[in-house]
Amino acid sequence: MEWQAPAIVLDTRPYGEGDAVATVFTAEYGAHRGLARGGLSRMRAATWQAGNLVEARWVGRLSDQLGSFTAELVHPAAALAMNDRLALALLSSACAVAGGALPEREPHARVFGSLVHFIMRLGEPAISDYVRWELLLLADLGYGLDLSVCAVTAATSGLAWVSPKTGRAVSDEAAGEWKSRLLPMPGFLGGPPVPDQLDWIHGLKLTGHFLARDAFGTQHRPLPAARQFLVDYVASAAIQEVATDAG
Amino acid sequence: MGGAEIERLIALLAKIPGLGPRSARRAALRMLQQPGAKMLPLAAALAEAARAVRPCSACGNLDTQNPCSICADRTRDRSLICVVETVGDLWALERAGVFRGLYHVLGGALSALSGIGPEDLNAVSLLSRVTDSGVTEVILALSATVDGAATMHWLAERLKPLGVTVTRVAQGVPIGGALDILDEGTLATALRARRPA
Repeated sequence: MEWQAPAIVLDTRPYGEGDAVATVFTAEYGAHRGLARGGLSRMRAATWQAGNLVEARWVGRLSDQLGSFTAELVHPAAALAMNDRLALALLSSACAVAGGALPEREPHARVFGSLVHFIMRLGEPAISDYVRWELLLLADLGYGLDLSVCAVTAATSGLAWVSPKTGRAVSDEAAGEWKSRLLPMPGFLGGPPVPDQLDWIHGLKLTGHFLARDAFGTQHRPLPAARQFLVDYVASAAIQEVATDAG
Repeated sequence: MGGAEIERLIALLAKIPGLGPRSARRAALRMLQQPGAKMLPLAAALAEAARAVRPCSACGNLDTQNPCSICADRTRDRSLICVVETVGDLWALERAGVFRGLYHVLGGALSALSGIGPEDLNAVSLLSRVTDSGVTEVILALSATVDGAATMHWLAERLKPLGVTVTRVAQGVPIGGALDILDEGTLATALRARRPA
């Protein structure tokens, strides 16, 4: 058995002294694990950094075996993100969320395509793109949110909240006294305009809630630490900006 | 093969980094052929090292004295601290003989993917060390990996408010390295870090 496909390195764990068990994500074969021989060696460690786009080749005697990977580096996203704290946090979070949420060997071509697009544009302000990617991931896993119409009044305008139970939008008017129990809808998803930093926090909180409850909660696992690092970083950056503005 | 003792010796040797069962057998055989010259001195050295070597309470280096010989050396520049991930990295810098300041061994790197947080590293003691002593510059000599970079950002964010200069080792083309054999990531980083000739 063997296949070759463009892939994103999601995770690399040491195996023995120089080898690694790598998880890659491809359009056709989904999240797929395999042994990367020499994956931690001086020559190959750069290729197997999480977030890199590679041309991966998997070989196994039987399809249900772990098999082994070889890979050719296509886009060194990890190296390019290393100097930018936010880019690195986004890349690590995306890899950890995809690696944890996606079932093994199940194709999710849309999620893959969107993640590749996101990684290629990582240098630009990307938190809203990241939140959109997480929404797409949730939808592909069967936990899609409906943010197009108010669940109470069927209004398509004035949407400002999301029900944490149903994942459906709620207009500001209909929310009434339940506002404190609802999740704010970020402006870039159709909610009311607020400063960017607050919008990003709202976006991460929104997808984080449903990822934790549905994608990870059903596996009895918490959200990955990498995603919490991202949320902490965005929150601390927002606080710093507010302090700078006030100063 | 030759008794349980030999099997046990081979099994223990095979667990040492760099040795597998085959090379462990060779090493065991060589030692057993010259027990007086090779085996007993090695056994004594191992026992002595296990008894005497301890982590330095200040920097985390391994030494027979506490504070370690580097921290105790008064000729070193005490305003400079070089942060490394492992004692192996410290040894590499000492072999190069290019750094005359002090060190701080973190004991690893933050790994969001593996769930290794700051509390798992020797990081908080670095912050208190910088606060309490007259350190003016902290050099982050961490590995050029996603985890190393994440650790670097985390430390830089916490060290800068303490009023010290935070620098990091450069990344790019190694000495003796031809461009055509370098990976794309190293090349991209080297180009970004270019400087006037």
